[in-house]
Amino acid sequence: MNILLQEDIIISPLGFSTSENLKAIKAGNSGLQFHENSRFPNGGFYAGILDASLLADNFSVIGDSTKFTKLEQMMLLATQSVLNNNELDLSETALIISSTKGNIDLLGNSKNFSKDRASLNSLARVIQEFFGFKLKPIIVSNACISGGLAVAIAKRFIQAGKFNNAIVVAGDLVSDFVTSGFQSFQALSATPCKPFSKNRDGISLGEAAAAILVSNNKREGTNISLFGDASTNDANHISAPSRTGEGLYKSIQQALKESKLSASEIDYLSAHGTATIFNDEMEAVAFNRAALFHVPVNSFKGFYGHTLGASALIETILTKHSLINNELYPSLNFEELGVSKPLNIVQKFEKKELKTALKTASGFGGCNLAMILKKSFNG
Amino acid sequence: MDRAKNHFITNSIRIKNEEIFLKKDTILSLDSKIDFSQFLKDSYKKLALNYPKYHKMDSLCKLGILGSTVLLRGQDFKANTALVLSNASSSHDVDIKHMQSMESIVSPAVFVYTLPNIVLGEISIKYKLQSENVFFIEDKFNADLLVDYSETILNSGKALSVVCGWIELKNDQYDVLLCLVSNNGEIPFTKENLEELYRFENE
Amino acid sequence: MSDLRTELKQSIIEQLNLEELTIEDIDNDDSLFGDGLGLDSIDALELIVLLEKDYGIKLTDPNQGKEIFISINKMAEYIESHRTK
Repeated sequence: MNILLQEDIIISPLGFSTSENLKAIKAGNSGLQFHENSRFPNGGFYAGILDASLLADNFSVIGDSTKFTKLEQMMLLATQSVLNNNELDLSETALIISSTKGNIDLLGNSKNFSKDRASLNSLARVIQEFFGFKLKPIIVSNACISGGLAVAIAKRFIQAGKFNNAIVVAGDLVSDFVTSGFQSFQALSATPCKPFSKNRDGISLGEAAAAILVSNNKREGTNISLFGDASTNDANHISAPSRTGEGLYKSIQQALKESKLSASEIDYLSAHGTATIFNDEMEAVAFNRAALFHVPVNSFKGFYGHTLGASALIETILTKHSLINNELYPSLNFEELGVSKPLNIVQKFEKKELKTALKTASGFGGCNLAMILKKSFNG
Repeated sequence: MDRAKNHFITNSIRIKNEEIFLKKDTILSLDSKIDFSQFLKDSYKKLALNYPKYHKMDSLCKLGILGSTVLLRGQDFKANTALVLSNASSSHDVDIKHMQSMESIVSPAVFVYTLPNIVLGEISIKYKLQSENVFFIEDKFNADLLVDYSETILNSGKALSVVCGWIELKNDQYDVLLCLVSNNGEIPFTKENLEELYRFENE
Repeated sequence: MSDLRTELKQSIIEQLNLEELTIEDIDNDDSLFGDGLGLDSIDALELIVLLEKDYGIKLTDPNQGKEIFISINKMAEYIESHRTK
């Protein structure tokens, strides 16, 4: 059964549609900017933060922005956009939500909203009720692989015959909760993050929402299907990436196996690339074990920062458009390779015939994900 | 399309009200007056866990380790055992703890637990399970989702067995059901049977 | 200054939840990571927090920890010469 990745949208500091986001990426614009914050000795940090008033303006077309939190507005707008362009029967369309921390800052200081609104169940209910989805939303909260895992879960359920269409919506904020935590991990970069570079010194955080329609309905024209997917735990450490890249390597092998493809058939690799010393090194080890060192690879974190539960969905959407447009997007902020194994980092915008791509992600808790996207033409 | 008929609930455990049940038998019953942290500490000793890392974990992970240890003791399972867990409150209690520390010095050892799927990592580490993991958030115990998703994993060959269940913790109130699902056993892995195990409470 | 060493052991046991250890189990020269106490990367970050909280020492480069968190003796020497409280 062919599972297609159809209508999509990214809402981020780079724009309010996928095309705006792609345009910014092609122009080499980053969403990462210096934001003042008294937690930091140097007065602030680099992050990709969405302008709240710009968001409210965009949101006012579909609802009253004062009644919804920033994250709700982002995720509602994303969902609306996918629904606008598709005639879906909401009595049988699944809603799959991905977020790591949702509206977590409401737990502490909720001026305009009740503390209950902080929960992921509440976030899902708001989205479900706004549009009138009849099926109970499925909420995935699996650290930094959530957004991609949610797409894989949609595929698995469609293949099992549970439903034919699923809208996957992902979102996370640059909350004080998360910022303070990553700061305690000494994991935040002093500059915009530099994935896979020698002088990388940690992540930049980002916020964004994204949505995609995952469907088994046939569609004319160029299609991108999710061909194979696998997730494997490292069983090694809850926060430190495995030095052997075990879980990521196994995920890639499993996803290739399901797709009946070999590593040599992968044209493009969209990495997780958070720009921490250990994550990027782990990925390089895993990619080399999987014989992928020659494959053009990039990280989109230099454009967006790490958008946590949204990141793997955003990057899946961008991978999809790479395939459709036959374009390789540069790994922003890359300087000199700083991992122990060779990698073929995309350094400038490039037109190239692409058929098959691999998207990977890894996260706290030792989780890893690999997904194979493949282009086909339905005339 | 009931393809689950070849899978069975091989073993199950329940943790609730200062008691731990294996299948439906009480294997540990502690004084209901003790507080939650004492319950976690005493259970560790009584069940002879001998796993010092336990003391470093947040309460949700401690529940997961207690539960999985009792569940998997003496069971035959492979590294390819998937974990499919769910709850309503995500990592609520440790979220509150982290939030309270944000005014002064934040502890990395607290922050690292502020994701619900960390318990999947802890169980995977203890039992060397290199397999599929997912953590679902649901407003209440949802046997449909657990059975449906576990089935897709088993039927697609992504895993040989599954540990699925509910591991809820909010304001020290806990409610845990874990099941080992595999080809062995007598109780068919159905929504009704899973629901029944969840509803079961010792009289 | 053996008091500082005892105090350090006590706070490490508490801060890192090493419940099954007592002060007597830790020698001043035992290595804290690897084969010794078996501490991990999160523990290393917690030790940085401990230095700041108890002794007013702020480490900004996590790599610095590698040279300090070798043993109780090494930690104590560093604290003695850098403490601000």
